Formats: sequence, C-alpha cells, structure tokens
Amino acid sequence: MLVKINGKSEEVQGATVLDLLKAKNIDPHMVAVELNARMLERDHLATTPVKEGDQVEFLFYMGGGR
Amino acid sequence: MRGWGRLTANGMNMDFTDEQITRYSRHILLPEVGGKGQKKIAKSRILIVGAGGLGSPAALYLAAAGVGTIGIIDSDVVDLSNLQRQVIHHTSDLDRSKVRSAKEKIQALNPDVTVVMHEDRLTSRNALELIRGYDLVLDGADNFSTKFLCNDACYFADKPLVHGGILRFEGRVTTIIPRKSACYRCVFKNPPPPGLVASCQEAGVLGVLAGIIGTIQATEALKLVLGVGRPLTDRLLDFDARRTAFREIKTKKNPNCPLCGDHPTITELFDHEPEVCDVKQVKVKVEA
Ligand SMILES: [Zn+2]
Repeated sequence: MLVKINGKSEEVQGATVLDLLKAKNIDPHMVAVELNARMLERDHLATTPVKEGDQVEFLFYMGGGR
Repeated sequence: MRGWGRLTANGMNMDFTDEQITRYSRHILLPEVGGKGQKKIAKSRILIVGAGGLGSPAALYLAAAGVGTIGIIDSDVVDLSNLQRQVIHHTSDLDRSKVRSAKEKIQALNPDVTVVMHEDRLTSRNALELIRGYDLVLDGADNFSTKFLCNDACYFADKPLVHGGILRFEGRVTTIIPRKSACYRCVFKNPPPPGLVASCQEAGVLGVLAGIIGTIQATEALKLVLGVGRPLTDRLLDFDARRTAFREIKTKKNPNCPLCGDHPTITELFDHEPEVCDVKQVKVKVEA
C-alpha cells in the first residue's frame, strides 16, 4: 500500500506503525510518531494499524546546539 | 539628513539619540517595526541558554537589533573544537569563559545592549527564578536534559520559548507559547534513552547549520517582541542541508502531554539525567 512517510509517498508492507519502524530499522525509542497529524503513544505503536493513504511522520530527536 | 526628520516625526518617542536612529534606521524604515517597534526591542529582555553554536549567531543578531537586555547562561569555557561554529568566540578566547567572551563581542558590536552574565548551568533549582526575569527564552542548549528543562521552566514561568536543535546536516526550530501551543513534551515526552541518540560532539555537525538555525531562532524572538507576523508555533521547521530543503511538520497540543496535557504528571521542575558528553573524551580520527 501507498503511505506518506515524512512527506514522501512510499510503497510499504506491514499492518502496524511498529511494522513500518521495523522495516526501516528504526528503534521506536529514537522517534516520536505522528499519524495523520496526531501524536501516537509509544505503547500504541504495535496496535495502531496503518492504512492506504495514511500520513506518518517519524520525528527524530535533535538535541545538539553547541 | 532630511529623511531622519521625517522618521522622527513618525511616532518616534524621542528617547533615541540621533546615533541610535541611524543605527536602527533599517528597522525603523519597516512599517511593521518603526520607532515604536524599535522601542519594544530596546525594552525587551531575552535569555539565551548556551553561548554555543546556536547561541552565538542568535546573540550577535539580537545584539545588533538593539535588544535591551541579553542574558546568557553557560558554565563552559571556549574549547578549540568550538570555533568551527561558535562564531561569537575567537581564537584568542580559548580557555576563557564563554559568557564573558560573548559579552565582550556583544558590547563591541552594540554598546546599547546590557549583557547579564550567568556563569552557571541551568538547573531545576535556578531555572524558574532566572527565566522570570526575562520576556522570552532562546534555547541553544546542547543536551536533552537542558532542553527539557527549558521547556518545563518556560511552561511554569509562562514565558515563550524558541527551541532549536542541530545534528549532522539537519536542524530544527519551533516556537512554544505555553498553554497556547504544543510544547516540546507534546511531541517528545521524554529524552531518549542514554546512548541511543547522539546529541553532541560524538555525532558531528556542519558548523554553518548553527548559523542557519540560530538566526531563525533570533528571527522568531524578534517577531515575538514586536508582535509581528505568525510565530512558528504548532509547527516544527526542519532543515536538511544536504538537500537544502525546509519541511514543516504540523503539531498541536497533546492532551496526553505529561506537562501541559489534561492530566499532567509533571507538576514541578526536575533534572533529567545529564548525558555523558565531554569533548575531551571524543577522539576524532582523521583519514588520510
Ligand atoms: Zn505539552
């Protein structure tokens, strides 16, 4: 199915948001996830389904400043 | 100088000297600023957390703009590895207090500015009292514990916060108006587990990113002071230098936010564990 990840349309496999993270090799603790403009709780990543046309944002921490 | 006569007649409160009117003329010429706006800038008090990569350009531009009082908090001294991006410090400042070094450059640039030096770390013990003395805070901290502390302290002190972060080839800015717009914890509830996300020296950063992100932060700060335009609230502005592309991610107040949500679990300031981040421990290998 086609899903928009960080603004880019991508063909993905997988049923849940956690599946998407796993497919991209992203540790869930490294990101905050927004699905269709709503922040997801980390505990819900495994149970939140992804559907065709969904917009997902993987927001990485950016801590530097020095 | 006929032009200035017209300018001064246009609502300038006559507390500016001729020299100041000339110095700030390119601001005063802007209808959105004018003499009235320049007065607001002159009266404003801005706290910069960290006299480093982001704090350097932000401090210099805010000083040039004529911000009345700039507070700077940092407990570090200037290290050789800082000079690749921390442009307020010079080679002759090595091993000197960053706050002191920054104050000298600011006052050389614009003697109108009062610089308040806080040679200290921002902690849960001093943050509230410190921040209450300013109109807004610009976060140029280099670690997550201080960034989360800035967010929390600005919430409790009810002061706007302009957040910035840089890493490798990327940067991010967002403006937070406590209780009105999404806070940092609305998006990132807690700092990442230690060791998982490189936050500073070990990751490296393209030095000029500090200039790009720090000057956007200064822009946001001036807009807030002037009440001009639309602040960068409820949006994360991410910049990718590799593609020279900005991307805006919409955010909103999160009802589950542990700080500003419907059932907050954070009711007072606390310090997260500081990350271990000492530049002297980082051995950089240079390939031939
Ligand atoms: Zn919040």
